[in-house]
Amino acid sequence: MSGTPIKDYLRESRLFNSRILVVVAVITLLVLVLIGRLAYLQTIDHKYYATLSNENSINPVPIAPVRGLIFDRNGVVLAENYPVLTLEIVPNQVKNMKTLLSELGKVVTLNHRDLRNFYRQLREKPHFDSLVLRNNLTEEEADRFAVQRYRLTGAELHARLERYYPQGALAVAALGYVGRISESNTKVIDNADYRGIEYIGKLGVEASYENVLRGRSGIKKVEVNAEGRAIRTLDRIPPVAGENLYLNLDARLQSAAEQALGDRRGAVVAIDPRNGGVLAFVSTPSYDPNQFVDGISTTAYKALMDNTDRPLLNRALDGRYAPGSTIKPFLGLGALEDGLNPNKTYYCPGWYSLPGSTHRFHCWRWREGGHGVVDLHDAIVESCDVYFYNLAVHLGINRIDSILDEFGFGARTGVDVPGEFRGLVPSPAWKAAHGLPWYPGETVIMGVGQGAVLVTPLELANATAMLADKGVGFQPRIVRAIENPTTRVLTYLKPVPGRTVALSNMNDLKVIVQDMTDVVSSPRGTGYLMGHDAPYKIAGKSGTAQVKDMPASASYNAKKVAENLRDNAVFIAFAPAGNPRIAVAVIVEHGGFGGEVAGPIARKVMDAYLLPDHPALANAPKHPRQAPHHAG
Amino acid sequence: MNNWQRWHIDRPLFLALSLLSVVGMFVLYSASGENSMLMVRHALRMALGFAVLVGVAQIRPETLRRWSPYIFAFGLVLLVAVLAIGSVTLGARRWLNLGIIRFQPAEIMKLGMPMMLAWLFARESLPPKTRYIGLGGAIALVPILLIAKQPDLGTAALILGSALTVLFLAGMSWRSILAVLVLAAMGAPLLWAHLHQYQRQRIATLLDPTSDPLGTGYHTIQSMIAVGSGGFFGKGWLNSSQAHLDFLPESSTDFIFAVFAEEFGFLGIAMLFCLYLFIIGRSLLIAFYAQDTYTRLLSGGLALTFFMYFFVNIGMVSGVLPVVGVPLPLVSYGGSATVTVMAAFGMIMSVHTHRRIITH
Repeated sequence: MSGTPIKDYLRESRLFNSRILVVVAVITLLVLVLIGRLAYLQTIDHKYYATLSNENSINPVPIAPVRGLIFDRNGVVLAENYPVLTLEIVPNQVKNMKTLLSELGKVVTLNHRDLRNFYRQLREKPHFDSLVLRNNLTEEEADRFAVQRYRLTGAELHARLERYYPQGALAVAALGYVGRISESNTKVIDNADYRGIEYIGKLGVEASYENVLRGRSGIKKVEVNAEGRAIRTLDRIPPVAGENLYLNLDARLQSAAEQALGDRRGAVVAIDPRNGGVLAFVSTPSYDPNQFVDGISTTAYKALMDNTDRPLLNRALDGRYAPGSTIKPFLGLGALEDGLNPNKTYYCPGWYSLPGSTHRFHCWRWREGGHGVVDLHDAIVESCDVYFYNLAVHLGINRIDSILDEFGFGARTGVDVPGEFRGLVPSPAWKAAHGLPWYPGETVIMGVGQGAVLVTPLELANATAMLADKGVGFQPRIVRAIENPTTRVLTYLKPVPGRTVALSNMNDLKVIVQDMTDVVSSPRGTGYLMGHDAPYKIAGKSGTAQVKDMPASASYNAKKVAENLRDNAVFIAFAPAGNPRIAVAVIVEHGGFGGEVAGPIARKVMDAYLLPDHPALANAPKHPRQAPHHAG
Repeated sequence: MNNWQRWHIDRPLFLALSLLSVVGMFVLYSASGENSMLMVRHALRMALGFAVLVGVAQIRPETLRRWSPYIFAFGLVLLVAVLAIGSVTLGARRWLNLGIIRFQPAEIMKLGMPMMLAWLFARESLPPKTRYIGLGGAIALVPILLIAKQPDLGTAALILGSALTVLFLAGMSWRSILAVLVLAAMGAPLLWAHLHQYQRQRIATLLDPTSDPLGTGYHTIQSMIAVGSGGFFGKGWLNSSQAHLDFLPESSTDFIFAVFAEEFGFLGIAMLFCLYLFIIGRSLLIAFYAQDTYTRLLSGGLALTFFMYFFVNIGMVSGVLPVVGVPLPLVSYGGSATVTVMAAFGMIMSVHTHRRIITH
């Protein structure tokens, strides 16, 4: 280095300070440029811009499009729009808000909630926006306001369309609902798509087909006066209405299932096995989606949240239940494919023990001394647990898992509504990940659909549909067709292939379907009561899934056990057995015996579909407002 | 030693910043349409900003110097992370979501860049050798390219600017400066080829805003109408018709100066300029009196970065620069920028209040 530190220091200071001086000069220059520019704009060009500012009275106002309607497969209206008059205030134009509100209170009814909502908007929204004060004005109120309008500066009447679900709680599990655009919505949507639009699909089809239903906003160029009040419309780009949806869902099945479930908690999913169309999608108890459209009141929401029946849980989509004995046909088919001789018998004394263990796994008929000698046919028809304990051990857990996996258990089905949960197919690897060993006993109870295994009603219906359609699966679809609202042209959505089971021998499937048919038609079958008298042939399987482990010694009496410890009733079925058009899965929480409780519900749903003139359908929703052009 | 000194606060700078924040609040209240929720959020952010300022001012410059390369490296890691896992807002990947807080890692670079270069050049005596300048330039380019890739060209340009000011203050020879300028002129067509369509459009609009009055020219035209119609005395507080009738977009963020100009006129602008220039001048004076190379370069670089924000924003609003998303520091509503600016002034105050009494 050159020179002494002091010399260096001085040299550095001098250099730096000279640079600072250059910087100051440059800053001065740049600021003079800005000042010059601004002075030019604000003095010499002021008149020009002041004129432009005054002429800047042509305000583009967005026009909300009409949201698409939703119909069931027969044209029954499930979601529509109806016009409401709203009273709105632009705070900037108001001289004294308190006076205005009290004056308005004399003209229209304003309750505590209206005022609270309005004050909240006043805090959160720009004061040049039009804020809704009252929704749903009566004609009388609108007339009274119109007369007084001249002295109520800042308040205006607006006509808006509001979503309405005429069937109320029917099908809310599939339909979902719309609600006001919330802060969490605004983070993900493009505001340009929502000009003038207040509502957005929150759940179900309303959410997943949001882009189809929404339509495109139009723009109206409005001349406004200095206070921003509209004087006249100069130009108008009309909005494009959203497209209509026709669902695969059938309101008759939907209401048959809801009525059959009554006030019990449960779920029903019905699928057309030929294309994956969802015919019924029920979760009970249900709730009225209309209360969510304009923001549910805190008390009503609290009531829904506090309800121990949990109506807001979409059981069909997100409920997870042990499948119980409904798992047996799937395991039986897998075993046949592996070469199991259907005539092979096991002896059922009413219990099963692993070699070298004294623990007894009971058969549900253990008190009568078991089923005796059973083959696969008997084991499915009479639902013998001991046969399937043996079969499970014979198959081994890995093979059981691969069979269930082939039928789509433990995986999302890909249904066209958001928020689907997966079931759970437990495996030694899954337990190892939780640091636990796999016990042989867990393999045993997997044979009867107990233990850690869980399925959603949708998964169960989907797997049943695969069984009905020779192993071919589709992704379940709630929506069937999209209709252009102006041309009325229907575009049918193509079925989307799903998981498919590669069957090596179609005869194996025939054997299982025959066994399932006998579940219903044989007097010894667990489903005899639900369907032996049906005018079409039903293939079914009952399931009675334990909710809680009962000590083997305890005598189980469903009537005496507290309701919430009672077994879940499960039933799967498809019909007509020879040429299936509908596959159903029913789960009734704490219902008791599957064949007695869930079976009859499945029957009613199938009747509603296969026997459309059934007297039980008399009070189902009918009278389509408009039928699709080529329903078929 | 008075109380201000004990807390390592430079009184003139602190008072000027406070005054500016208060003025900013009044403008924002009008620009946001008297939105009180937004005001509360803004006030909280301002309070956080001042807390950060006071906190940073307590850190000794020597400590800042030792941290410099680490802060730079940390910012670099976050910039890579944001490209890999950041969340996308309006087509650009700028935000890093850390559960409760979301922030733009580019903010860290606004401080990290001057710190890093000041640290680098303070290792040897000034002026730096060409080798060092080359090294500094190479180091600086990495984060700038990462930010440009997000894409956030405005911020990338500003950070490039802050790097260049430190290079300039360090005493880069005039010949090297000329070389950089020539290189930049040659690189411009290359950059143009890599610009997004909307970015090209913005530059084209600058030349003639009326060419696309309802598209990209809309911002500039409406903003110039707001400024021009304000006249010498302005329309008065809360009377900005451009903002309130919703003609002026982004009126509470990037275009808030247009609202100020419309409401307070040229007279108001002159006073606001005085306030900004006082803050910049005071900061440069602190750099002038700083005692070693690192603190000089750091405080000088930060002061000039602040000026660049001011200049670019007002240039954009008055139609002499293209529309880039740069807020008016301490007045615009929003984001982590406020906190970054306050941290920078904390550093400048630290430089000034930790001086040793030496005589020579």
